[in-house]
Amino acid sequence: MTETPHDITLTLNGTPRRLSVPARRLLSDAIRHDARLTGTHVGCEHGVCGACTVLVDGQPMRSCLMFAVSADGAEITTTEGCTTATGGLGPVQQAFRDCHALQCGFCTPGFITTITAFLETNPDPTEDEAREAIGGNLCRCTGYQNIVAAVLRAAQIQREQSQLQGEQGQPA
Amino acid sequence: MTVTEERPVTEVGSPRRRKEDGRLVTGRTRWTDNISLPGMLHLAMVRSPMAHATITSIDVEAAKSSPGVVAVFTGADLGDEQGSLPCAWPITADQKAPPHPSIAVDTVNFAGEIVACIVARSAVAAKDAVELVDLEYDELPVVVEMAAAAEGGNLTHPDLGTNVSATWVFDSAEAGTGGNVEDAIRDAEVLVERTFRQQRLIPAFMEPRSVVCDPTGEQTTLWSATQIPHILKLMLALTCGISESKLRVIAPDVGGGFGGKLQVTPEEVITLVVSRRLGKPCKYTETRSESLLAGHHGRDQIQTLTLSATRDGIVTGLKVDLLADMGAYLGLVTPGVPILGAFMYNAIYKFPAYRFECRNIFTNKNWTDAYRGAGRPEATFAIERLMDELAVEIGVDPLEIRERNWIKHEEFPFSTVAGLEYDTGNYEAATARAKELFGYDALRAEQRERRESGDPVQLGIGVSTFTEMCGLAPSRVLGALSYGAGGWEHASIRMLPSGKVEVITGSSGHGQGHETAWSQIVADRLGVAFDDVEVLHGDTQISARGLDTYGSRSLTVGGMAVVAAADKVIEKARPIAAHLLEANADDLEFTGGKFNVRGTDSSIGIGDLALAVFAAHNMPDGVEPSLDAEATFDPENFSFPHGTHLCAVEVDTETGETKIRSYVCVDDIGKVVNPLIVEGQVHGGLVQGIAQALWEEAVYDDSGTLVTGSFVDYLVPSAADLPHFTTDRTESPSSTNALGVKGVGEAGTIASTPAVVNAVVDALRHLGVRDIEMPCSPHRVWSALQHLDGDGSSSGADTPTEKTYVADDADPSHNAQLSGEDAGRAAADHGGLG
Repeated sequence: MTETPHDITLTLNGTPRRLSVPARRLLSDAIRHDARLTGTHVGCEHGVCGACTVLVDGQPMRSCLMFAVSADGAEITTTEGCTTATGGLGPVQQAFRDCHALQCGFCTPGFITTITAFLETNPDPTEDEAREAIGGNLCRCTGYQNIVAAVLRAAQIQREQSQLQGEQGQPA
Repeated sequence: MTVTEERPVTEVGSPRRRKEDGRLVTGRTRWTDNISLPGMLHLAMVRSPMAHATITSIDVEAAKSSPGVVAVFTGADLGDEQGSLPCAWPITADQKAPPHPSIAVDTVNFAGEIVACIVARSAVAAKDAVELVDLEYDELPVVVEMAAAAEGGNLTHPDLGTNVSATWVFDSAEAGTGGNVEDAIRDAEVLVERTFRQQRLIPAFMEPRSVVCDPTGEQTTLWSATQIPHILKLMLALTCGISESKLRVIAPDVGGGFGGKLQVTPEEVITLVVSRRLGKPCKYTETRSESLLAGHHGRDQIQTLTLSATRDGIVTGLKVDLLADMGAYLGLVTPGVPILGAFMYNAIYKFPAYRFECRNIFTNKNWTDAYRGAGRPEATFAIERLMDELAVEIGVDPLEIRERNWIKHEEFPFSTVAGLEYDTGNYEAATARAKELFGYDALRAEQRERRESGDPVQLGIGVSTFTEMCGLAPSRVLGALSYGAGGWEHASIRMLPSGKVEVITGSSGHGQGHETAWSQIVADRLGVAFDDVEVLHGDTQISARGLDTYGSRSLTVGGMAVVAAADKVIEKARPIAAHLLEANADDLEFTGGKFNVRGTDSSIGIGDLALAVFAAHNMPDGVEPSLDAEATFDPENFSFPHGTHLCAVEVDTETGETKIRSYVCVDDIGKVVNPLIVEGQVHGGLVQGIAQALWEEAVYDDSGTLVTGSFVDYLVPSAADLPHFTTDRTESPSSTNALGVKGVGEAGTIASTPAVVNAVVDALRHLGVRDIEMPCSPHRVWSALQHLDGDGSSSGADTPTEKTYVADDADPSHNAQLSGEDAGRAAADHGGLG
């Protein structure tokens, strides 16, 4: 059986990437093995653990449950793309470090993408809302308490940054 | 000696943000599955769907001709080269163990066992061909229930002639550490007899296991998602007949372990052997279903317990009869797991008599082995549940019954009935603090109100006052327990010419933050900047000696090796400093990273000494030009963290749903290197213990098929299931190591399970519920309430037995008595207790 390759174009963390993949190639595998961005992790291949979560046109998606060909033309953001424009730690990444919200770090990229999208819709969440927002991702190390704290801390960092940008007359 | 402790600001004790995090949050990590080598081939495993069968034929021709497939190997193909997977812990001289080939040869003994291996040019091509291997089996009788297996009947391994691998006994009368428990039971005023079941659990680390082997160099290099690169190197060499010096093992970034990656796995052996056969790099990464099916499981014990006490609630003896399910094989430390618990059943209490007997049982299930706590959570659960039951019998508060029996702080050091010496502890202080934070009295008042008003949502309060033995382990103790290795740890320190420091540790962290904590220790000890310390680990070519990470040993043993190596660096530097300062070595003191000549302002820093040694232009006669040092630390004793955990659970009596309302824990883990890391360890540990109490269970059906083979069925909790924890610490430093540390990796897991179950039972006890088998799922809780019967043994699905005896002249009013015959019948009704 030879599989027909399909040419697709993804905008991966802002960079256009042309990939040639068989129809059954999962988006998670295309990101990890074809595009060689190994920050996205596969924890369960059945959509439960959330480690593979990436943003597809801004929406958090389980990349293990999605074919790469169905992401043709989409903008994909992985944890590598959640940094600042200059490559420093982005607000959610910084908050994870500040709050010790990770231990082994394997589940972390899925949390970072999930929380990045969540804060877009709710920039000032309560603790309960923060806990609810991460309810679809599994972590075996942290017991989640520090991840909840990191959601709140990330929101605070973002608010501080937009306030600073406002004061400096820059677009938020 | 050095007096770095006098520095005004210390790294140790400070909540340093972790060095590891930058790469982990940005995806700049190196997991084994990320590794891709030129010409690399991919492996997929064919696994038996049968739990017990003879393989009558294997046809691999169709698989071999599948596109992209390079080779297919069966057990016969690997022959002697695959050896037998190692078990390092023969607990008795006559322990029975079956041969354990990585690829089954003639028979399969659990569903999920590997029967063939596909090698292909891509992972997908290898997986496609798995379906094409045609196997025929003759089914054999399947042994699933350990209680039945223990009594004979069908055999897991007919060649062994028994399902009992070994029987191990500790008796305080024989050991001279206490009295005869049978005398205590005979003379008891109160007897509490219970049977508890520790359900089978799955470690469920987030990173699936993965292994890459490159045989193309002079050395074979194997990367594995393992906790134990050093042990793995030795064991692979011995198992496969490879020279140890020709093998290099690397544990790169490893995504959690919890004991589940403390193993020499069939997948590692197969990848090693196959890659060497083919002369090509090979990679195998398991799927989550394979991980749940065939990565080793944990717990799975039946505990039959007899506690004798006086009418005042003073415990006079404890007898433990344990059945431990090994599964089909003995893994690296499988037989020793229940033995690690044997020393902990007496917990924080002054029991005068104790007897422990364990039978290790074979069944046709995946093998069990270490899982967070390994033996100690089981023991702690048993005694903390029993103490609650005793409190009910005596009619006192559960904290009161504990206080009547625990070791008082002024009684340390204390020699226990199990033969250990507890060095320090203060159970009163931890308990007082926990009660205060919890609002104990107010919650008890609310509980009374809810009971009186018949609220459909009842409130229960659970207590767990635990201790554990950490810092595995003094080598002589391991030797006395017939373990195959020592318990020391190694470290070395390299002083670089620029003043930077490289620390090489034999511990192999996989989420614990060793890079950060070890940097803090060395920064203080050598007076260098935290950021100038680089911690290297997990590669046998860099870290040549080590015994790796498990059993809350990294800090207490590995951290102490780092301290010892740092002290050697200072002592090596001293004569050189004296020479350069033109002073007498005895006149030098080392503080803040500098040697000072006492009473003068003459000094030289450790970094300047490193540069001077690098140049070596001006060395004292007979002194080697190096400050580098290494040390191996072997602990004198275990360390004994303890703590008091209090849990309030709301139980909906109409639906069986449980909700943890508040959870307070006050742990005494001695001195703390990094409070941020400690708190994280406690949180994560709590959740794994709570998950055992409420959600997780590996379930097999009657044919030996795992029915919880995905994360849809095996219920690892999410944030939405859990409360906010209130954590605090008291501190009685360990006296057995210079850091005063005790270990924290397993504390939360060990303590929390009984706290939660005690709370659930406490919520429903006034309704007649006296036990609920774990996990206390809504169905089990609801069933317990529906099936209340005269004897009060109401426990949902598989009823554990219980009986309580109070001497005639005591108050038997709330005392449900169950005769031995009834207990036996209850067990039979439920098809055994496994």
